[in-house]
Amino acid sequence: MAAPRIIVVGGGLAGLAAVIKIAEAGGTVDLFSIVPVKRSHSVCAQGGINAAKNLKGEGDTTDKHFDDTIYGGDFLANQTPVKAMCEAAPAIIDLLDRMGVPFNRTPEGLLDFRRFGGTLYNRTAFAGATTGQQLLYALDEQVRRHEHDGKVRKFEGWEFLSAVLDSNGTARGITALDLRTMELRSFPADAIIMATGGVGALFGKSTNSVVCTGSAQSAIFQQGAYYANGEFIQVHPTCIPGEDKLRLMSESARGEGGRVWVPRTAGDKRPIKQIPDTDRFYFLEEWYPKYGNLVPRDVATRAIHKVVYELGLGLDGQPMVYLDLTHIDRATLNRKLEGILEIYEKFVGDDPRDVPMKIFPGMHYTMGGLWVDFNQMTNIPGIFAAGECEYQYHGANRLGANSLVSCIFGGFRSGPNALEYAKNLPAAADDGGHAAEVARQAEINGKLLMNEGTENPFKLWRELGQAMTEHATVIRYNKGLKLADEKVAELLDRFKNVNLSDRSQWANTSFAFARQLKNMLELSRTVVQGAMLRNESRGAHYKPDFPDRNDEQFLKTTKASFTGSPDGPRFEYEEVDVQYIKPRPRRYDATK
Amino acid sequence: MANKTVAFEIKRQASPDAPAVWESFELEWRPGMNVISAMMEIAANPVTADGRATTPVTYDSNCLEEICGSCAMRINGKARMACSALVDNLEQPIRVEPLSKFPLVRDLQVDRHVLFENLMAVKAWVPVDGTYDLGSGPRVFPQQQEANYPLSNCISCCCCMDVCPQFNEDTGFVGAATIAQVKLFNNHPTGKVFKEDRLRALAGDGGIQECGFAQNCVDTCPKQIPLTDAISDVSRDVIIQKAKDFLRG
Repeated sequence: MAAPRIIVVGGGLAGLAAVIKIAEAGGTVDLFSIVPVKRSHSVCAQGGINAAKNLKGEGDTTDKHFDDTIYGGDFLANQTPVKAMCEAAPAIIDLLDRMGVPFNRTPEGLLDFRRFGGTLYNRTAFAGATTGQQLLYALDEQVRRHEHDGKVRKFEGWEFLSAVLDSNGTARGITALDLRTMELRSFPADAIIMATGGVGALFGKSTNSVVCTGSAQSAIFQQGAYYANGEFIQVHPTCIPGEDKLRLMSESARGEGGRVWVPRTAGDKRPIKQIPDTDRFYFLEEWYPKYGNLVPRDVATRAIHKVVYELGLGLDGQPMVYLDLTHIDRATLNRKLEGILEIYEKFVGDDPRDVPMKIFPGMHYTMGGLWVDFNQMTNIPGIFAAGECEYQYHGANRLGANSLVSCIFGGFRSGPNALEYAKNLPAAADDGGHAAEVARQAEINGKLLMNEGTENPFKLWRELGQAMTEHATVIRYNKGLKLADEKVAELLDRFKNVNLSDRSQWANTSFAFARQLKNMLELSRTVVQGAMLRNESRGAHYKPDFPDRNDEQFLKTTKASFTGSPDGPRFEYEEVDVQYIKPRPRRYDATK
Repeated sequence: MANKTVAFEIKRQASPDAPAVWESFELEWRPGMNVISAMMEIAANPVTADGRATTPVTYDSNCLEEICGSCAMRINGKARMACSALVDNLEQPIRVEPLSKFPLVRDLQVDRHVLFENLMAVKAWVPVDGTYDLGSGPRVFPQQQEANYPLSNCISCCCCMDVCPQFNEDTGFVGAATIAQVKLFNNHPTGKVFKEDRLRALAGDGGIQECGFAQNCVDTCPKQIPLTDAISDVSRDVIIQKAKDFLRG
């Protein structure tokens, strides 16, 4: 039998990690990515990567990392894979260090670590404030090395459209679209790894990159994969609102001592520097004395919402609060945070070393994603998933600097597992379903391109983003969620009447976007309806009408499956693995 | 009172063989607006200033925070990233055209794949033995880290190549970005095992001697990478390598 061929879809940290492991084990990989992989969204991660290396003499352990992660995720994550991830993290940092990631150093030349949210330990290794960029480059370089040795073929500028499934429902390859020539093709594979990132575009504006539409995972979902915990969406407390996107202001700003505050009196007209400490409301420090500014993201986000919308203390009556670094000396700021300070300077025009930044929460991350088993395989045989597009490491809320480690760990697991699976895969009968799937996709493409409608896809997308942001982010009411679901249903209906203002067959971005939009709409319903059904508050999912966590009813993984019915997905629930740490109340205003 | 507007002129070209045409757009001004948000506005309402229906503009973009390197284009004649090009800081009409030195795909989209080929040619990676657990990496002092980190910030946008008078088909010059990566990997305690290979790759035609020290690269780099320092340092190393190779026969 020929050597197994694996397809990896997505070239961020998770995808590249999977590619490296497969190439190293002697497999061959076809790597698909919309953008050149070095431009993947992982570059946007700023603050760092967690691993309990205990290099600061604090007595940190991987068990404590495990406990912080489970507790931070409000006990919704299955504990077995999270435990394995935390135990693997220190060796992952060492490996990245060996690959040449320019991590910040101590005077002795060892790795430096800083504090992040939801922990009391200095557990976060970092490369300035561009850690994701540096990690992605290190893996990109290793993949280029394997490409040089002929073990990897890259298909950059190709967009995944669907999986090719044989008559038994087993994956036999993918269909993809060349975004330049608009050629539709199928590619054979013995196993597929989806590493397609987040779903920020469901919310219109978010901290995510343009390609983070969730389109690929939605396509797999519509082909029969479970989508798990879709309702758990992380809203990052500190973002810079913008016309085109919300730019992240890393948690590392607070890790290095940044303080969040507003003037105690609404409309205080004094210049910032003349407002004495006693007239400043450091609300996170007052409300959460132990963790202070480093409470987990969901807690900080809700606190900012309360200050702005309930107490009416937003800056100049606007939905904004200060994130203040001005008490820290410039040299330290430049050494540890320069990347993010430059972003603020470039996009806002003020120097955050001199004046406090004005920030507000923004959609940032999906804890939910494709359901996978502990081997990273979805319920469709042969389709694996790793990274943000799957659900298993962060429960109801992700801790800062755990995403990079989960991406690499998930990629490292999925690669060898996919290879092992592929080795034992019997050959497909006939063509494995390739011709039929290409025909199905060609029909969708043809219809879309020639559709004689009146709806502009980019406008439909704006409406989707507004409804999702208003009703399905920080604070959720069943009434609002129902409105959002009705809106999505309406948009799905109007999508039938879509009109591409561009019908050309060359680098047609409207066409590619319209295909993504349809998938975004289908996936949005898992978020909104999943949230509607979960009548409790847990982690990032907060319902004022059901303010408490309800373990008896909802200590369960949500699993959505596609029905094709106008009513949306079907939902079922699965027990959570809690064999190591017994669920306890999650309270950051007291010692845990 | 009419809303404040912003005037754009965008160079359009439907395909590599199609003729280039300029289209004008008049968009509603919004606070904090950048060139990317203007493109998004045009996509949602693809109509030119004189009321003619057109197509959304094709361009590369991804992160929109100047870290992925996608959205490089020429804005008012200057090669730069469109995401960090704030409308309020630009003279109007804002003229937007594709990078000039790379094969055009469509509108503002060009093919910059050559940079990734160059990075492969100079083995821009650290040859680790494997991804299994081999303990901690080499010790690196903060001073070394602070010297290498800026080089590692290169976002592969290719602006330095677009503005370089020597970067053209006649010379086949690799460009500043690749040379800076050679310096980075030659500095690394493990990466330097390929130092000689990398220097030899830069020794021939299209190599480092093509540089004419116009210094446009360092003025243009959106990440302020010390590109001319890197070129000087690597240039010296290439000469030493050539001499060694000559003496070894």
